[in-house]
Amino acid sequence: MNEASQISATPIVSVRDLHVTFTGAKRPVQAVNGVDLSVRQGESIALIGESGSGKSVTLRSLLRLHPERKTRIEGRIDIAGHDVLALGNRALADYRGRVASMIFQEPLLALDPVYTVGAQIVESIRRHESISAADARQRALELFERVRIPSPARRLDAYPHEMSGGMRQRAMIALALACKPQVLLADEPTTALDATVQIQILLLLRELQRELGLAIVFVTHDMGAAVEVADRIAVMYAGRIVEEGSTREVIRNPRHPYTLALMQARADGAMTKGARLASIPGAPPDLAQLPVGCAFAERCVYAADACLKTRPDAVELGDNHRARCLRTDATAGVLGTRAEALTKVAALTESS
Amino acid sequence: MLFYLLRRIVYTIPIMIGVAFFCFLLVHIAPGDPLAAILPPDATADLQQQLMVLYGFDRSWPEQFFSWFWRALQGDLGASIASGRPVAEEVFKAVGNTLMLACLATMIGFFFGSLFGFVAGYFRDSWVDRAASALSVLGVSVPHYWLGMVLVIIFSSWLMWLPATGAGPGGSDDWKWDWAHIQFMVLPALTMSVIPMGIIARTVRALVADILAQEFVVGLKAKGLTDFGIFAHVVKNAAPTALAVMGLQLGYLLGGSILIETVFSWPGTGFLLNSAIFQRDLPLLQGTILVLAMFFVLLNLLVDVLQTAIDPRIQRS
Repeated sequence: MNEASQISATPIVSVRDLHVTFTGAKRPVQAVNGVDLSVRQGESIALIGESGSGKSVTLRSLLRLHPERKTRIEGRIDIAGHDVLALGNRALADYRGRVASMIFQEPLLALDPVYTVGAQIVESIRRHESISAADARQRALELFERVRIPSPARRLDAYPHEMSGGMRQRAMIALALACKPQVLLADEPTTALDATVQIQILLLLRELQRELGLAIVFVTHDMGAAVEVADRIAVMYAGRIVEEGSTREVIRNPRHPYTLALMQARADGAMTKGARLASIPGAPPDLAQLPVGCAFAERCVYAADACLKTRPDAVELGDNHRARCLRTDATAGVLGTRAEALTKVAALTESS
Repeated sequence: MLFYLLRRIVYTIPIMIGVAFFCFLLVHIAPGDPLAAILPPDATADLQQQLMVLYGFDRSWPEQFFSWFWRALQGDLGASIASGRPVAEEVFKAVGNTLMLACLATMIGFFFGSLFGFVAGYFRDSWVDRAASALSVLGVSVPHYWLGMVLVIIFSSWLMWLPATGAGPGGSDDWKWDWAHIQFMVLPALTMSVIPMGIIARTVRALVADILAQEFVVGLKAKGLTDFGIFAHVVKNAAPTALAVMGLQLGYLLGGSILIETVFSWPGTGFLLNSAIFQRDLPLLQGTILVLAMFFVLLNLLVDVLQTAIDPRIQRS
């Protein structure tokens, strides 16, 4: 998607061995179990996975948005020179929104209902910069134009409930970009939207990313949306990244059985009349009681005895493509020939 | 907004007529002869008949209602049977006194109620929360006339800090806003404030807990607001409901303070109602209830309008 030359070499987001445990319930829930992630400036990465795979938890950890008293975060998160887990209260508040900001899944819930969207953007700008209210409003107006909200001056004075879903998400993006952050975190930004609006928002995100040189971490369960914006894809399962690589590699040549199963379970792979829609048998493991071995082993068609005993390390598959699986030899080339895969990528792009 | 306001005002007209009708009816259903109080025990049947005609009690009750209602519309609520003075004059003097007391009590109750509510909502399930909750339950459950008497015993009898009863050194007629007069308000207002305090504390606690659990609070954190900045948002989100509850509480206090005003001999509407009931003073009773009901309706109107002004989601249609 992006040309390699636009992407700088050193990572702006670096996550090392991230563990997130929720301690509020009776048994601690290990939502994230050792995630490593690095994103360079101008690069976008999609975290893909089903509900409860830890993708949103990982994302929210980057802003430390989990309730402090009920969450234990271990590991190391560095974003644009900030050691996020070590920031004090004030420094954390200064960092949020200014260095990294977030777009939420449902803007109607994520915006304060009793303030106009304009007021909320102005508030955000004035929180981080000493600037007059009038100048901040002017900036908000420019942001609204930038995210292409029609009649922006009038929309600034609208309340969230007075806007349509797509418009609200545009306003949310404007709010997230208000303080010129370097990293944009997007938590399923298109899930709550109509299919036709989804593609507009995805295109807008990609365009903004290119113009502003943003690093984007994008959480979704929609392969099509991931293909649309992401340079790289990281597939998550039971709180771990099980496969990671460039978008083309992961789509064309998935090597982790889970990714493979996800690709095979896509509806457009079974569009022939009468054909059954492929699905993955079983259910994800209980995060309060993770198995000793590979978390996917129980549902995996390639599973061997060794899979139940040891947690697989990442296997380098070349070209920055890694999978945490003992059986990567068995999954090579399963999805089909190169030509078939290419049409599949094309189909995915269209359908999203 | 203006149109909404006008329509809301028009809507109150049928409510007021209904209220007037019911208060007339209730008073007339109640047993007791209104003239018994002023007639000498040895009055002749002839004198009794004369007075009945004079006060209009000989006519049918629909007739009585319409003539009362018609004159009430012109501001004439009749004359008190016991004192002979115009009811309107008596009622409005009492309303003024009660209003002072109720406003002060509501302000005290709202201030401490919100304080406890916010603290409890922010530190949910901590000991602060439990203490604030216990205090508010106590406030709602304690019989306030009892509390009034206890306060009188402590502050008037033992400590001798504050006067026990009355509304000023020279009665209520020459009220001034100086300490000599205000000190008479302290105990009744404190006693009265305990009810709205408890209810407002419970409401605000639930509101704050609900608001803090909402996604937009995470959104506010994500854009870098400090706890103080987020607090402002919580207040604005909680304000419409808290104000509505406060308005209703003020309404209850305007009429519902019979016991407290009697305990402290505060010359307000509750005190007036109390004496009107015991003397079977029908015109006075009717007039007082009517005026209080009107206040309640107007207060609700005010609260509605205020809420609409604060919360944009409340439809103005």
